[in-house]
Amino acid sequence: MSSAAIAPLPSEHPVEPRVNYLNATYGVKSWLLTRDHKRIALLYLASITFFFFLGGLFALLIRLELLTPAGDLVQSQTYNKLFTMHGVIMVFFFLIPSIPAVLGNFLIPMMIGAKDLAFPRLNLLSWYIYMVGATFTLWAVVHGGVDTGWTFYTPYSTASSNTHVVATAVGIFITGFSSILTGLNFIVTIHTMRAPGLTWFRLPLFVWSHYATSLIFVLATPVIAVTLLMVAVERLFHFGIFDPRLGGDPILFQHLFWFYSHPAVYIMVLPAMGVVSELVTTFSRKNIFGYKFVAFASIGIAVLGFLVWGHHMFVSGQSVYAGMIFSLLSFLVAIPSAVKVFNWTATMYKGSISYRTPMLYAFGFIGLFTIGGLTGLFLATLGVDVHVHDTYFIVAHFHYIMVGGAIMGYLGGIHYWWPKISGKLYPEAWARFAALVVFLGFNLTFFPQFILGYLGMPRRYHAYPPEFQVLNVMSTAGASILGVGYLMPMVYLVWSMRYGKAAPANPWGSTGLEWDTPSPPPTENFPVTPVVTDEPYHYSPGEVEVVG
Amino acid sequence: MDQGFPLFPRQASSMAPHVDNLYFYLLAVSFFFATLIALSVIYFAIKYRRRSESETPPGVEGSLKLEVAWSVIPLLITFTFFFWGTKLFFAMNRPPTDALEIYIVGKQWMWKIQHADGQREINELHVPVGRAVRLTLTSEDVIHDFFVPAFRMKKDVVPGRYATAWFEATRPGRYHVFCAQYCGTKHSAMTGWVEVMDPLAFQNWLAGGTGSESLASAGAKLFAQHACNTCHRPDSLARGPNLEGLFGKTVTLQGGRTIVADESYIRESIVAPNAKLVAGFQPIMPTFQGLISEEGLLQLVAYIKSLSKAAPSPAGIPQPVKESAPEREAPK
Amino acid sequence: MAEARGPAAGAAPAAHAGPRELQHHFDTMEQQRDASSLGMWVFLVTEILFFGGLFLAYTVYRSQYARAFAEASRHLDISLGTFNTAVLIVSSLTMALAVFSASTGRRRAVLVFLLATMALGGVFLGVKAVEYGHKFHDHLVPGLHFRFPGPYARQAEIFYSLYFAMTGLHAAHMVIGIGLLTALVLQARKGRYGPDYYTPVEVSGLYWHFVDIVWIFLFPLLYLIGRHLH
Repeated sequence: MSSAAIAPLPSEHPVEPRVNYLNATYGVKSWLLTRDHKRIALLYLASITFFFFLGGLFALLIRLELLTPAGDLVQSQTYNKLFTMHGVIMVFFFLIPSIPAVLGNFLIPMMIGAKDLAFPRLNLLSWYIYMVGATFTLWAVVHGGVDTGWTFYTPYSTASSNTHVVATAVGIFITGFSSILTGLNFIVTIHTMRAPGLTWFRLPLFVWSHYATSLIFVLATPVIAVTLLMVAVERLFHFGIFDPRLGGDPILFQHLFWFYSHPAVYIMVLPAMGVVSELVTTFSRKNIFGYKFVAFASIGIAVLGFLVWGHHMFVSGQSVYAGMIFSLLSFLVAIPSAVKVFNWTATMYKGSISYRTPMLYAFGFIGLFTIGGLTGLFLATLGVDVHVHDTYFIVAHFHYIMVGGAIMGYLGGIHYWWPKISGKLYPEAWARFAALVVFLGFNLTFFPQFILGYLGMPRRYHAYPPEFQVLNVMSTAGASILGVGYLMPMVYLVWSMRYGKAAPANPWGSTGLEWDTPSPPPTENFPVTPVVTDEPYHYSPGEVEVVG
Repeated sequence: MDQGFPLFPRQASSMAPHVDNLYFYLLAVSFFFATLIALSVIYFAIKYRRRSESETPPGVEGSLKLEVAWSVIPLLITFTFFFWGTKLFFAMNRPPTDALEIYIVGKQWMWKIQHADGQREINELHVPVGRAVRLTLTSEDVIHDFFVPAFRMKKDVVPGRYATAWFEATRPGRYHVFCAQYCGTKHSAMTGWVEVMDPLAFQNWLAGGTGSESLASAGAKLFAQHACNTCHRPDSLARGPNLEGLFGKTVTLQGGRTIVADESYIRESIVAPNAKLVAGFQPIMPTFQGLISEEGLLQLVAYIKSLSKAAPSPAGIPQPVKESAPEREAPK
Repeated sequence: MAEARGPAAGAAPAAHAGPRELQHHFDTMEQQRDASSLGMWVFLVTEILFFGGLFLAYTVYRSQYARAFAEASRHLDISLGTFNTAVLIVSSLTMALAVFSASTGRRRAVLVFLLATMALGGVFLGVKAVEYGHKFHDHLVPGLHFRFPGPYARQAEIFYSLYFAMTGLHAAHMVIGIGLLTALVLQARKGRYGPDYYTPVEVSGLYWHFVDIVWIFLFPLLYLIGRHLH
């Protein structure tokens, strides 16, 4: 913001050895007891990368099983455990912490010109809580897994399943507090720690979207925590809260579950939207089109997101009038998302657009998120949802949002801020190629699933009628391409840490405060507290053109 | 069944073309917007590509007019989805009055089906073409879901309550039944077939089966067997509510609340008699939970329904439904 | 370039001007206090939603099985419940006095009131344990030979499931609260809290009052709904 000048591309001359957050202290203890938000972000990065590849391994096995109509690779219960563990790990241990806990943790203090988050010790505690929860869940995986689906629907989870439901639920319960504390930390930090001159409407949109995400963390996560607690006591002590034999209502569980789990979708995609706002502006060298609309769209999504949970239950037997209300509200929540997509597109108008890797991911995000969002409208439409509910249409839709949206945003963000995080440049040609592979592999994996879903193939099927095979084979082929696409960044980013060229402070010529400090930054982020005098994304020092 | 490589499901119910039309409308609108955004992004990306590393494009002020336009126009379009979709949904939840009644119990991992005439089948559902069929569904254990893609019909089957769904098959043939709600180990094996037959063939099938007595008379036997008639009787010795003409009526509960005596209420009153006690009666009835199977409960419900002539169906949106237990005439 | 400093080094850097309690990443004591206070308020919001799930379940079932819930409620010990309510209200008073004493510099009174609050919290938990013991003896613990006389046995089991879930969760919060107070007492013994710095006492007080307020809702919802019968 304060440096609007366009920096030259990566300079060739080596940077002299300098003390930064990575080399300030050494040893395992200096990492495990750190209170530096940047180091904690890296602890998260390592942990969630592990879970991403573990969840990906389960996905691979699922897709291999579905190559043939008969359930011939694994037994049906094994298959059920595979998709359950895939969902649990990807949702609770990868997607939800992904952008907030890694990029948010690393960048929010730097973007607002602070030395750290408001509660550094709490931040470290959040990571430990996450690890404890993850340990419970891993214990369940190692000791035979769990087969309820990541949704834990009662009474199957409470009365029928004979797998490790309680250990998994306790793991998610514990990890939930990690999310709550992270959200709390972000809210307080954004309220109280902004640098002088950094008013709310000068905040980068990344910060706005994380503020909205934090609201959901804080308001929704406790509900899933207490719901899983109820499931656990019902299973362990035979309490009867959802038990239909006592007159309890299994549908009540679904209400409570989706009151969290629908907003949780926005926990995954809002931070990715924040990343995309940064990418589109930087690589178009433009101020964002309609700053306030994009900022308030984040808040709008967070608020409306709390009012649409019932659209997961259109065929569950809730009243048709409740279905009607939830359908209407679900259409409303689509509007702020559409506003964001239109504004990103308009931002590119008359820009100076560079096709660097992060921007390729931003293009990918816009395209895939648009498809994911539009197919969401099919599901909000009552008459059509009845047919596609619980089929592969749903599976395709939410993977377009969570993988096509959230993971594209995450990878775009990792590439964009990699020079800042590691102090090294990644190999651009490889990275562009990987982005292309991910995009193609993704579409080949999930687009056929829309067709499968409308044909009527139910989700969570271990074996399926033979007429669905061709589309399933396409999907499996795509998944293997996608897997390669995800392995490539893993390899070349690790490679770049040792062999990559040293990164300058601001390789992209970006205006964000985080680029105003060396790469990698010193422990206290800024040598002197910065003072902000400009609007965000102040790329054009001169005239401002009015359109429309 | 046409094997090979279908890309679109068969249309075999009266509802299917309506759902598909709405689906095509959604597809068209989605295709338009996806293309619009994709083409704009591609066009801008090429037209305004960075030509030199030092160029600085002009800043652009946002536009209120554009923001309003691209908020309000999509909103209005989604309203068309909403109204159309809701209209269809209400139709899906409003069974026609002259529907054929079929009772289905889901359990891990099979579908047990009873026809009003007493015919029973497992994982196969025989229905006549051109006749509305109303399903009453419940589960013995966990939540299942009765899904017939060719009919565009799906309903969760929840333990402890009755769900209703209906369809009218329009083309003879064999169509998949899937359990669409994950229900455990053999979830993907909880499948079956709907066999849509000519009315005449259906009649022959009904007549040729093993079912000896109608559902209602099986229920009457259970009623006597469990000595329900000791208390539920029309005379002055009755210690429980009279059940004749009860079905579909609104009854007043203790505490002044009212409830429509539908299938679910009758079921609940057998397994949990005192949860919703009718005003003026003592909580003396024992529970029959575990003593009567879900199928037996459905027979009792059918019997109690048969005690009321022209009882309205309270399931979904209230609609009169003709009693069809002893129905033997050829369908229209 | 600023001096390199190990992030694991606990204390604030020597270069940092300001009081001892000021952590390195804050600029002023006021900013630090605002952050702590806002943090606790946000945390209490999450707590409301945490209990909210159980309150929702309670509301749904009570509206469905009003009579059964009233009958089941009659088997709770109203005198012990009332006593515990009084204990908690007094403990809120002593907690508020502890905060007041800290802000006015009465360092000895801080210690006394914190200890009094802890003691009252302990009494509450003791009484609760006695009540649980009675329920166990009366076969009113769900899933454990649950027996309830009369026609409402099944719905009463739902009531007691909710009773134990809600009061159990509340008791867990009381235990955490007493843990917080223990930490405060250790610091207060050193005379740490005075008019310049008493944020920990203040935010712990917020938490303690919140836990009390939860009980103020639980008591009528669980103990009093059946009193009009007979």
